[in-house]
Amino acid sequence: MAQPAEEHGHSHEGHDHAHGDDHAHGDHGAGHGGHHEEGFVKKYLWSCDHKMIAKQYMFTGMFMGIIGGFFSYAFRMQMAYPGHNVPGFGVVSPNEYNALITNHGTIMIFWLAMPVLIAAFGNFLIPLMLGCDDMVFPRINRLSYQIFLLSALVLIASWFVPGGGFGGAWTAYPPLSAKAQYNLTPLGSTLWVIAVALEFVAFLLGGINFVTTAMNSRAPGMKMFDIPMVVWMIVIASILFMGSVGPLVAGAVMLVFDQTVGTGFFDPVRGGDPILWQHLFWFFGHPEVYVVLLPAVGIVAEIITVFSRKKLFAYRTVLYTAFGTGILSFFVWAHHQFIAGIDPRMANVFTATTVLISIPIAEMMFVYVATLYGGSIRLTTPMLWALAFIAEFMIGGVTGIFLGASGSDIYFHDTYFVLAHFHYTFVPIAVIAVFAGFTYWFPKMFGKMMNETLGKIHFWGTILPFNGVFIPLFITGMGGDHRRIYNYQNFPELATQELANLRQFATVSLLILLAFQFVFFINLIISLLNGKAAGNNPWRANTLEWTTVSPPPHGNFAQLPTCYRGPYEYSVPGREEDFWPQDQAT
Amino acid sequence: MIERYIEQVSTYASDIDGLITLIGVIVGFWFVLVEVVFFGLIVAFREKKGVKAQYITGEEKHQKRWIGIPHELVLLCDIVIIIAAVRVWVNVKQTQPPAQETVRIIAQQWAWSFVHPGPDGKLDTADDIKTVDELHVKVNTVYHFKLEARDVLHSFSVPVFRLKQDAIPGRVITGWFKAKRTGVHDIQCVEICGIGHGLMPARILIQTPEEYGTWQAAQAATASK
Repeated sequence: MAQPAEEHGHSHEGHDHAHGDDHAHGDHGAGHGGHHEEGFVKKYLWSCDHKMIAKQYMFTGMFMGIIGGFFSYAFRMQMAYPGHNVPGFGVVSPNEYNALITNHGTIMIFWLAMPVLIAAFGNFLIPLMLGCDDMVFPRINRLSYQIFLLSALVLIASWFVPGGGFGGAWTAYPPLSAKAQYNLTPLGSTLWVIAVALEFVAFLLGGINFVTTAMNSRAPGMKMFDIPMVVWMIVIASILFMGSVGPLVAGAVMLVFDQTVGTGFFDPVRGGDPILWQHLFWFFGHPEVYVVLLPAVGIVAEIITVFSRKKLFAYRTVLYTAFGTGILSFFVWAHHQFIAGIDPRMANVFTATTVLISIPIAEMMFVYVATLYGGSIRLTTPMLWALAFIAEFMIGGVTGIFLGASGSDIYFHDTYFVLAHFHYTFVPIAVIAVFAGFTYWFPKMFGKMMNETLGKIHFWGTILPFNGVFIPLFITGMGGDHRRIYNYQNFPELATQELANLRQFATVSLLILLAFQFVFFINLIISLLNGKAAGNNPWRANTLEWTTVSPPPHGNFAQLPTCYRGPYEYSVPGREEDFWPQDQAT
Repeated sequence: MIERYIEQVSTYASDIDGLITLIGVIVGFWFVLVEVVFFGLIVAFREKKGVKAQYITGEEKHQKRWIGIPHELVLLCDIVIIIAAVRVWVNVKQTQPPAQETVRIIAQQWAWSFVHPGPDGKLDTADDIKTVDELHVKVNTVYHFKLEARDVLHSFSVPVFRLKQDAIPGRVITGWFKAKRTGVHDIQCVEICGIGHGLMPARILIQTPEEYGTWQAAQAATASK
């Protein structure tokens, strides 16, 4: 039974806003497989409910993250024990190695960080924290996830076509990415570009929803400066994404044309320019760093205030630093290209803008540290993750200065120093902040508490080996290890025992880190089955999502709340309770 | 910092290493300071029975000072770093001392070709000496290199020189170096260029003028046979 969108009357969709219908006619053209069986499919796969879509994004993202983690296991084993059989994978060939690193990077950014941080947390939190019943455009929301799922399937398919998966690095620089004769993956490289482009479409749809909902559907009384920081951050991130992705979508179309119909946009022989792609890619790619960073720092803001029972220090300053970072992030992209053959004079401009972006980011970190002052700090599992984010992200932040400064980037560019630097930003973002947010909102999502002991074992088992992986890689980078090399045996200066030991240390640390992730999944299953009932507000937090039942029903609130104050009124003098929910009149 | 891990063989290697050390000292200071304050606060303000957290908005002037002053100091440090970085950059990449010798470097999947001038001292003449994966240069001599790529992007990197430059098909990019010690060192390709990216090592042989002359004469003799 093909079911046109206009007839969606079932269950929770009674909450659809009128304008939701106007914009939802894109979603009934395809894929009417079997949703007439009732129940399961409608509830879990064809839902318009923002909380279900959030869970779909969350678990799809985590599933992709497991694949990305497995890839890192395979290529790190090759790094540590070159040429040996990798248990569970086999011997890694050079083209497999390239495909593994390419898809590891692609997955972790586009199919883990983006869906979990922006789409999953954004979908779950925005309506609940703003005190409304759903997104403004629920069907666009559903379409967003469906396109995202399709993009993930296209990416997975790209690994199994003749020639194998694309291996030209996640940056996909042409001419290598543009011509099959160079990359030897005629189908894999095209599917890769298509998957990435589809993923962008999914997030554009999601971003429209986030921004519109935050601007239009706030609870009565919720002023701009009463919006919880994580909502602001996801909104700013969505705007950054929408502002930066256009050029790259255009670039992706040109690249697919170069690959498949023989155009020459990036082919110098026919008047094209390979550097053009780099500008399009990094004009998106650098704001993208902040697209995933901002939701992460938003999550951290919610958690450190709750578990130190403190008001967020200088709310407006945090917001302005986020805007400042966002605007500045559009003017730093060419620091990825200092030695790429751009006019050397341009490097001076981009050095200045890049180094200056340290100011809003440093200020943001200062604010978070200042928030702890005078607090009553409780080291619960979510709080440990949030604090670890600050401590570890700082390493990523300061090492970025070496790379933003053109003079020192000459040496560090494309070495493992760069790799270690951005893993010290992306792991705090896509792993540490995700676990912080997941453990913090788990009681709201599922109505159960997670096990704290297992949570802390998982925390320490992740944080300590994480440093064990990447500190040695800073050193191999300083020693000259360059990136995307599957075996250093051909480079006498790099084939030393000292460097080999460091590479092995990093790999062994990764094995420990990956092993401890089983603790998380065990904890997840145990807590879902057997966890203590959470109640409405187990953390005694202020924001509106905690005023409804856990998990929230369709429509979220029995009665839509009214907002009376900002989200961080903890330990207000003269009050008996040390928290003051936003919906309480007095 | 870097010279602990890898030798300095070009004239500008110490400038780049000096810049890295300068940045290391500045950011190291901030990093240690912030982490010490951070962990100190966590220890000092752990939950205690009967002690309520303080209510601090952070919006008042005397409170904002605590982030305002560090903020201005960071700006000051940034300016120092930018000036130092630009000085090194201009010296290494933006300006070039006059060439005493010129070589052509051609990258392709997956080999380096080097064209040295023959006994006439000029490139693109009949007596040019062509080698694969082996670049011969004279010590204490300013070299200009003309970098080309045949197929995809590559990147010419000599870690002991702290030199790195991408090679782009369709363009000839000129750069320079001056080796200050003799020896044999690695040349890397540092831009992914396909499945043989890890198989693109080459060697640079830095020789005394006498050794270089002997090599050049031998090559010329072989060529004329």
